[in-house]
Amino acid sequence: MTTPKTNTGANRVAGKGRLSPSRTVSFTFDGKRLNAIEGDTLASALLANGIHLAGRSFKYHRPRGILAAGAEEPNALIEISRDNARRQPNVRATVQEVFDGMIAKSQNRFPSLEFDVGAVNDGLGRFFPAGFYYKTFMWPQKAWDKLYEPVIRNAAGLGEAPTEADPDHYANRYEHCEVLVIGGGPAGLAAALTAAQSGKRVMLVDENAEFGGSLLADAESTIDNQPASQWADAAYRTLSSLENVTLLNRTTAFGYYSQNMVTLVQRVTEHMARPDPDLPRERLWQVRAQQVILATGSIERHLVFPDNDRPGIMMASAAQVYLNRYGVIPGSNVAVYTACDSAWQAAFDLKEAGVNIPVIIDLREGVDAALLERATKLGIKVKTGHAVTGTSGRLRVRSIKIEPVNGTGAHEIAVDCLLMSGGWTPSVHLFSQSRGRVAFDEKTGAFLPDIYMDECESIGACNGTFDLGELLVEAQAAAVNAVASCGVKLRKPKAPKVENAPSMSGFHIGAAKGAGPDDFTKAFIDFQNDVTAKDIRLAVREGFHSIEHVKRYTTTGMATDQGKMSNMHGLAIAADTLGKSIPEVGLTTFRAPFTPVTFGALIGHARGELFDVTRRTPMHGWAEENGAVFEDVGNWKRAWYYPQTGEDMAAAVARECKTTREIAGIFDASTLGKIEVVGPDAVKFMNMMYTNPWDKLAVGRCRYGIMCREDGFIYDDGVVARLAEDRFHVTTTTGGAPRVLNMMEDYLQTEFPDWKVWLTSTSEQWAVIAVNGPKAREIIEPLVEGIDLANEAKPHMSVSHGKICGVETRLMRISFTGETGFEINVPADYGRSVWEAIWERGSKLGMCAYGTETMHVLRAEKGYIIVGQDTDGTVSPKDAGVAWAVGKKKTDFVGIKGMQRPDLIGPNRRELVGLKTLDPKVVLEEGAQIVDNPNHPVPMPMIGHVTSSYWSENLGHSIALALVENGHGRTGEKIFIPMPDETIAAEICSPIFFDPEGGRING
Amino acid sequence: MLLIHCPYCEEDRPELEFHGEGEAHIERPSNMAELSNEDFEKFFFIRENQKGIVFERWRHLHGCGRFFNAVRHSVSDKFIATYKAGEKKPKLKKAEIDRVAPPAKNTPANEPVWTVGKEDGDRS
Repeated sequence: MTTPKTNTGANRVAGKGRLSPSRTVSFTFDGKRLNAIEGDTLASALLANGIHLAGRSFKYHRPRGILAAGAEEPNALIEISRDNARRQPNVRATVQEVFDGMIAKSQNRFPSLEFDVGAVNDGLGRFFPAGFYYKTFMWPQKAWDKLYEPVIRNAAGLGEAPTEADPDHYANRYEHCEVLVIGGGPAGLAAALTAAQSGKRVMLVDENAEFGGSLLADAESTIDNQPASQWADAAYRTLSSLENVTLLNRTTAFGYYSQNMVTLVQRVTEHMARPDPDLPRERLWQVRAQQVILATGSIERHLVFPDNDRPGIMMASAAQVYLNRYGVIPGSNVAVYTACDSAWQAAFDLKEAGVNIPVIIDLREGVDAALLERATKLGIKVKTGHAVTGTSGRLRVRSIKIEPVNGTGAHEIAVDCLLMSGGWTPSVHLFSQSRGRVAFDEKTGAFLPDIYMDECESIGACNGTFDLGELLVEAQAAAVNAVASCGVKLRKPKAPKVENAPSMSGFHIGAAKGAGPDDFTKAFIDFQNDVTAKDIRLAVREGFHSIEHVKRYTTTGMATDQGKMSNMHGLAIAADTLGKSIPEVGLTTFRAPFTPVTFGALIGHARGELFDVTRRTPMHGWAEENGAVFEDVGNWKRAWYYPQTGEDMAAAVARECKTTREIAGIFDASTLGKIEVVGPDAVKFMNMMYTNPWDKLAVGRCRYGIMCREDGFIYDDGVVARLAEDRFHVTTTTGGAPRVLNMMEDYLQTEFPDWKVWLTSTSEQWAVIAVNGPKAREIIEPLVEGIDLANEAKPHMSVSHGKICGVETRLMRISFTGETGFEINVPADYGRSVWEAIWERGSKLGMCAYGTETMHVLRAEKGYIIVGQDTDGTVSPKDAGVAWAVGKKKTDFVGIKGMQRPDLIGPNRRELVGLKTLDPKVVLEEGAQIVDNPNHPVPMPMIGHVTSSYWSENLGHSIALALVENGHGRTGEKIFIPMPDETIAAEICSPIFFDPEGGRING
Repeated sequence: MLLIHCPYCEEDRPELEFHGEGEAHIERPSNMAELSNEDFEKFFFIRENQKGIVFERWRHLHGCGRFFNAVRHSVSDKFIATYKAGEKKPKLKKAEIDRVAPPAKNTPANEPVWTVGKEDGDRS
């Protein structure tokens, strides 16, 4: 705790504001140590220390000050950090609370905020019109890659992202409630107080640290005879004491989705100096509310006049907030320029706090007599029917130029701060996101909620109800309605007594005097993207007539503030230039998020290890211990190859391939999809789902099956074992299991609901150990009980039930290598111990363990396809050379008609063939395109592509599979594979490279 | 995120539990092998894809696993009803359609001028 004498800034006014001056904290801004009071925002702390200059603008690098006091701030974007990794760019100074030790840095400037070389752009402003990039970087096209894009990308963007991983964690929570009230200003508090009486679950959320909204900065109004801010504090205390009410401060409702699902982001530790490491930095809430009450308030608009962006020029309401909430004055000689009554109150508040107010300039001729009277009483000079048509001052406004709206004769006044107000724009963002439609209200100059699409209601300023007394009544009524639709009837509450509420009437939208139509001044409408009034006019003149196009061409409203202050001005200027009315031009669409949301909050715990599920087979640990290198196959970790000391991948795979063919290899095939198809109609169902006939498959036998979709293209494949008349053990590809089961369920439930078939996914019930090679039988035989493994008793493509190592097994004799092969299915929990027992025996006989790469090479040597690699959803069984698997006598199966379509049986199909490169050492690249004539001018007609390609150690040359037009009839022909640095010649051959007679498999 | 009523579980559940499965009430012909190319085209490729009331299939994938049908308005995303697979296409009452229909085209103010009178436009 520091002493009360700590200097927290020269611009503090004793006795003003809601902070406790004794509780001070210290922080740095651009390396300079400053003090603040606990509860200060960075903006209020800077202003207290006399600092307006907070950043440089995006395009012209103009010096910019703090403009607002809330989430709409377009200028004061600051980098905030605790340490190197906890560094966040583009934080709005008006939202970030100061904590002890905070490091704040200005952005978009070099070398310093006061002197920035990028500001040369400002002088060149005439050469940066709307659509500058589109117009300037048209040609030469080649310069894009090397020159334009890197330079533009380097110059564009705001802030610098940290390079370290985010050390914080983020939480995610689902919540349900009957009434969700968004916005804790006067309307939201009143609505929540009323709704809470129902006993139903009520949530009240507000983006600020404190509840109360505009009431906290209102020095004059009283509600039920209490000062407005005290009424707000009392309302907050009442709500906190209620069990059925959830209050979330520092929480922004940023998205409104179908059926009243609202997403909130709660900033949990952003304001803390030393947060508990167990706390999440932010928490994402996904709230499903029966009724939503929108009390999102309104945002004050600036005025559009030349050089309206100098530091020291700020919103009138912001000055009121800084004075009445933080006890900070924005200057000592403050002029006010307005078209709205509310700014007059700001002038009065400041004057009463001892600030000199040289003049109030109002665009309107006629101003309420009471305001004029009070100004006179306070000794403030008033200029009605006047406009500010210019300002001076480089890093801080020094003077303003005043002219009559209708007439000439300008004069200058020295100021150190100018407050402005163009009236209030209701925040209809969330309403609009709920797909509600707005309508333009001429009287208030605002788009207001008109047609509702979801179960929500807008109240208060966001509904165009600005009068404090009226909006409290409106809030109570909305709450009564909301709980009524949740089944609770409440009596109409007593209307609060409101006195001395400020007048909010009067507005101006679009360019004010001095900002056009024909001029070269910079009268900003969008501060964050540096868009001026003349940019909008130019866009319209160049033919952009839709407001959506004007927006994109000029980038107005496309910055991180999404045009909260600027949209109405842009719209009005476009409408004016088009000669149309505002409602005719229409608003651009509002989209989530309302304010920027960190990726951390959206991701929550789903990162790193928890980003996605990792599936490991029962033998994973063994593979790890034995040095396997893993590859990701979908969510699975699969052993890719098992390098021995000194081996690289190629050497390991070559050894595994040779050992498996010469002795034996053991392979973990547990990831195969497995579906048990059971029931009296199982065979009928299999006949429908697979192209093969199944009636004659004897119990105890296996068959390779192909599944198509109705279009006749291969969808999946796998070996199917018939365990009993009414029971099939179906295997699918590793990645195909869920979609195959989904398709089976679909047909079973919707097309054949009367068939008696049950489908069960058994993928994870069985560990599958494949043992292949000439010694496979010798290796497993002593471990197996109750199954005769002799060739005659247990031929290729058979399945038996028995035991291995005392464990129940479904033992299949099948092969994906072309060697004698066994696939041993054991309950998953026994997978590793059975594997180890086989390894124990096999390794002594010279058996190796092999991974997926060797599996791929061995199957390719045999021309066995992999669905999804050698097929791509446009390959029929005939194309793939497996037409023998399609039942010729079958009258129906999925795909029977599709594969007879003219295009599928016509000429020029791409068919699966083998390729041998003329240079046997060259291994083709998978995916490479194939041509007939490499001398054909570009673009060459492409006749196919390489689908699989490997070095075959067993054959001593490279092998490849490819889809080639009419390939089946072109054996022996030469084709070419053009690559960036050479053209490779290859010969079409049979896809079966190894043991074409197939003798080994039956050995 | 939609809330979807599963007619088997008889509960409103979040969309995350479901998987959309395309247009409903397309029956697989029992004489598939003899189908003409034109009829196959109609069966397999042609979809209504209506802007308005759609009949669609959903599967309660991370729930009961059942396939079922729904009637939804494709613009407002509001459901009129969900019903079990195999049940007849429900006859809709005008009041039911009106309840889920979005506001008429020319009522709102925030309709961009260049789409007025046209069927659709990119509003991105």
